[in-house]
Amino acid sequence: MPKQRSTRDLSLIRRLIRSGKRNETLFIATGLAALALAVLTFLALFIDMLIDGSPRLTAEFFSNYASRKAEKAGILAAWVGTFTVMLVTAAVAVPLGVMSGIYLEEYAPKNRFTDLIEININNLAGVPSIVYGLLALGMFVHTFGMGASVATAGLTLALLILPVVIVATRESIRAIPGSIREAAYALGATRWQTVQHHVLPYSMPGILTGVIIGLSRAIGETAPIVIIGAVTFIAFLPGSPVQSAPPFISFDWLSAPFTAMPIQIFNWTSRPDAAFQANASAAALVLVAMTVVMNGLAIWLRYRLRRNIKW
Amino acid sequence: MNAPEAKPDLDSLPIKAEAKQLNFYYGAKQALKQIDLPIYDNKVTALIGPSGCGKSTFLRCFNRMHDLYPGNRYEGEIRLYPDDVNLLASAVDPIEVRMRLSMVFQKPNPFPKSIFENVAYGLRVRGLKNRTELEDRVEQALRDAALFGEVQDRLQDLASNLSGGQQQRLCIARALASEPELLLFDEPTSALDPIATGSIEELIHALRDKVTILIVTHNMQQAARVSDFTAYMYLGELIEFGWTDDVFFRPKQKQTEDYITGRFG
Ligand SMILES: Nc1ncnc2c1ncn2[C@@H]1O[C@H](COP(=O)(O)OP(=O)(O)OP(=O)(O)O)[C@@H](O)[C@H]1O
Ligand SMILES: [Mg+2]
Repeated sequence: MPKQRSTRDLSLIRRLIRSGKRNETLFIATGLAALALAVLTFLALFIDMLIDGSPRLTAEFFSNYASRKAEKAGILAAWVGTFTVMLVTAAVAVPLGVMSGIYLEEYAPKNRFTDLIEININNLAGVPSIVYGLLALGMFVHTFGMGASVATAGLTLALLILPVVIVATRESIRAIPGSIREAAYALGATRWQTVQHHVLPYSMPGILTGVIIGLSRAIGETAPIVIIGAVTFIAFLPGSPVQSAPPFISFDWLSAPFTAMPIQIFNWTSRPDAAFQANASAAALVLVAMTVVMNGLAIWLRYRLRRNIKW
Repeated sequence: MNAPEAKPDLDSLPIKAEAKQLNFYYGAKQALKQIDLPIYDNKVTALIGPSGCGKSTFLRCFNRMHDLYPGNRYEGEIRLYPDDVNLLASAVDPIEVRMRLSMVFQKPNPFPKSIFENVAYGLRVRGLKNRTELEDRVEQALRDAALFGEVQDRLQDLASNLSGGQQQRLCIARALASEPELLLFDEPTSALDPIATGSIEELIHALRDKVTILIVTHNMQQAARVSDFTAYMYLGELIEFGWTDDVFFRPKQKQTEDYITGRFG
């Protein structure tokens, strides 16, 4: 068979490909530069913090209360405060948020009222945190007389992350294919059985991720807890939740005054003495580590739970 | 074609279910128009017709799937025998209806759970807790679905690790486990390769002795192979119904003939 000459203008096609490749190289270079800028900035900050703060990261730093002497000062009250506040936040925001999300996705009729609620929730996620602080000051501190306590702070931050939890719940529920839901209903499952046996378990990875992202946002929040009146200097811990005498469980810790990591950091940075700046860097390192651990946990959990969920 | 040479008189055959003057509306859009169709007991009835003619809509009336979405409305009746209850009556709980009927969907949709739990789910919903009884019934359902041999030593594996054809047979086992009075199939093989399709068709053929089957299919050969009766639908209306070989070889309507011979325009 005689070879046929191509009727196409191959040189034009090749020229087009070459120019396309040039643009691609250009884009890759710009993209790398942008990425490097972001990463390097963070690295510089982190290394600076590490140099300043790491000498202070001793065991005493974690077990000492704040002090007038920089070298004796520690973050005991701050980390215990942050921990207890986060506990309250999670205990309130998770059930409320998950239940709201499930209700909105699985039960609520789609009408103008639920549309309105939906818009509101999405907007709430963008409300500045200081506004939540003001709300909490008026409601929890003054109206309910709860004072500047662990419970007040926990509830305030719970309100703050509630929209995040609701949105995460709804999104992970929506990711469940309709065919799976129909399979459950077709077998005779009630709505609640479908939620309990299918919707909730299959959306759990997404919900957990949302919860942890919410908590890692809450852990660094400063403005709302400054507003509700967190103390900056405290030399005792909230009461223990377990006691040796009946009824063995105590909720006194909820009404205890508290301080938290961001407050402690803020307090130390505002002092002129350089030794306190080192304390602030060390405490900031601890806070970053807490956030990293939480996000790591989120990634790990999501990986573990999603492994079993394939459609 | 399973119809014997001498076909019994239709009036003498027991009827399992029957659509009577059935209309269905998606909101304002009418999708089914005045459908009258008997489903004969322990027979396979195939629903054929061009895409969008309302086959799935009709099938999903039987187990009240349309109740899950707002704005849908039924008119008329689907009677289930022998107790002669109207499945569509608003006084009848759709969950009760779904407890009596089972459905197999177009795309295999196993739960992201173990093979065992998939088949056991319908039984659990029906309140069965006894472990040995659950195990027995799961095994029986898997056998009926011609899957037991392939999965017997990995019942605790995830269902998603099965092949597409195995997943569909798992869904059939899941539907069979609760011993349905009527089994609904909506294009059960359209997502499968020819070999998997063949095994599902054999299965449907074999199941006929146990349960009444209503199957939607796009595949004319499939309808001819597996069904005793065929109903041809067009634009929400039932055009023709009869023994499968009559509908295929001696259609009464010109329209049916055109569709079956591929001259449909
Ligand atoms: N949820 C819905 N809302 C409104 N109209 C719908 C809905 N579902 C289906 N329809 C319409 O109803 C008609 C029948 O659809 P149906 O899915 O029953 O067709 P089908 O015969 O099963 O088609 P196919 O062979 O493609 O599966 C179509 O015109 C379709 O567009
Ligand atoms: Mg269909």
